[in-house]
Amino acid sequence: MNGYIVLGYGQLVLAALLILGNLAISLALRLGLERSLLIATVRSIVQLLLIGFVLEWLFSQDNPWVILVIALAMTTIAATAAVNRTQQRFTGIYWNSLLSILAAAGLVTGVSLTGIIQVDPWYDPQYLIPLLGMILGNTINGISLGLDRFMTSLVDQQQQIETLLTLGATRWEATHQQMRDAVRTGMVPILNSMMVVGLVSLPGMMTGQILAGADPIDAVRYQIIVMFMVASATALGTFGVVLLAFNRLLIPHQLRLDYLERSKP
Amino acid sequence: MSWTIWWRGNALGPQYSAMEHPILSASGLRRQLGDRWLWNDLSFALCPQERVGLIGPSGSGKTLLLRALVLLDPLQHGEVSFQGHCIKNQSITQYRTQVIYLPQRPAAFDGTVEDNLKRVFTLAAQTGTYRRSLIERYLSALNRTPDFLDQSVRRLSGGESQILALLRALQLQPKVLLLDEPTASLDPDSTQQMEGLVDQWMSEDSQRACLWTSHDPQQIRRVTNRQINLGGIG
Repeated sequence: MNGYIVLGYGQLVLAALLILGNLAISLALRLGLERSLLIATVRSIVQLLLIGFVLEWLFSQDNPWVILVIALAMTTIAATAAVNRTQQRFTGIYWNSLLSILAAAGLVTGVSLTGIIQVDPWYDPQYLIPLLGMILGNTINGISLGLDRFMTSLVDQQQQIETLLTLGATRWEATHQQMRDAVRTGMVPILNSMMVVGLVSLPGMMTGQILAGADPIDAVRYQIIVMFMVASATALGTFGVVLLAFNRLLIPHQLRLDYLERSKP
Repeated sequence: MSWTIWWRGNALGPQYSAMEHPILSASGLRRQLGDRWLWNDLSFALCPQERVGLIGPSGSGKTLLLRALVLLDPLQHGEVSFQGHCIKNQSITQYRTQVIYLPQRPAAFDGTVEDNLKRVFTLAAQTGTYRRSLIERYLSALNRTPDFLDQSVRRLSGGESQILALLRALQLQPKVLLLDEPTASLDPDSTQQMEGLVDQWMSEDSQRACLWTSHDPQQIRRVTNRQINLGGIG
C-alpha cells in the first residue's frame, strides 16, 4: 500500500481531454459556455501549478519567520474573503474579521501542532500550512454567516432591541438573543459536515492521504483531528467576530444602525 | 405655570425663569440630517407636574428629539440632564428606568401581554417586582378586563399594542414619560381613557412630568399646558 503513481505532464494533457466532453455538450446545447470553460480550464492548470511550485519552495524553508509571514498572508486573505460576502459593512469590519480569525486559527493551530500532533519543529511547513489552510477555509464560513446574520437581525429587530433599551436594558440584555442566533448560524455548516462525514461525504484531505498511500486508519485519525480543529476555530472565530461587531454597533447602550452601510454587490 | 423654555440664539423664545428645579433638561442640542439642521442649539427644561406638547410639521424631528432625550441616538452636540445630573454613558440604563420613551410603533416580545409586563423586571436595572393588582387597576381605568393580560401579543391590534406599551412603562413608576403619538391607533373613547390614565399617573407623585407629540392639535391642547414648536427652528 505504499507509494503512489507519479503523474507526468503527458497525463495532465490526457485528463484535459475530459473537458472536451464539456465543450461538446456546450456546443450541442448552445450553452455559450465554451469561452468560460476554456478560461476556467487554463486558470485551474496555471493556478494549481503555480501553487505547486510555491509549496515546493515553502516546504524547503526552515526559517520560522518566513513561514509565519506566509501564514499571516493566508490569514489576511481569509479575513478579507469572509467580509466580502456580508451584505452590510461598518468601519473596522475588516480589522474585526482579521483579529477574530487570527486569534481563533492561531490558537487552535498552535495548540494542535505543539500539543496534539506534536510536530517538531512546531513550524514545520508540511504540517503548519495545510492545517492552517483547512482551518481558515472553514472558519471564514462561520465568520461570514455569523456576522451577516448578526447585522441583519439588528436591522430586522431594531424595534424589539430599542424597546428593551428604552426600558433600561443594557446593550447586552437587549441583543444577546441576536448574538446567540448569529453564533449558532455560524456553527451550522461545520456541525452538518460532522454529522454526515464518512456517510455522505469523504473529506478531500482524507481521500488525498489514502491516494498518496497512507493507511486509511491513519488518514481517518488525521481527519478526526482536523474536524475538531475546524469546529473549535469556527466557534471561537464566529463568537469573536460577533462580539467585536456588538462592541462596535451597540455603544453606549445605543443601536448604531447608522454605522451600517450596504455593501456594493 | 412657569415658562421654562428658551432657545439660545432665537429671539422667539421667552426668557428662562425657572421657578423650580427642572426634572429633565436639555441644552445646546444640535441635530443635522444631511446638510439640513433639524434643530440648532435647542434647549428646554421640563419641570415636575408639567405636560409639554411637542409640535411641528411632519419631518421636523419630533420623534428624533424624543429619541435623543433618552439617548437612543447619539447627541451630536449638547447634553441632557435628569434631576440636575448630566447623563453620562455609565448612567444611561439607570436613567432609562426613570425617563421612558414610548415609540409610535412599540414592539412586543413573544408570549402573552402579561409575559411582556413581567419580562421587563428581569432586566438588571429594574429593581421592582411585577404587581398584577396594579395592572388590573390600570386596566379598569382603560375600561378593560384582566382577560387582556392573557392575550397573545400576536393577536394585538395597533391600538392594543400601544396600551401594552403604556402599561409596561407605567408599572415601572417612571418620573418622566416621553409619549410619541401614543393614541395614534386608538378610537376616541380609548384615547380619552388613555389620557385619563396618564393623568392619574401624573397625580400619584408630584415629581412627574410628560412630553407628548400628536398630530391632533386638539389633543395637544387638551393634554398639555404648553408647547414647544419645532417648526420654527433651524
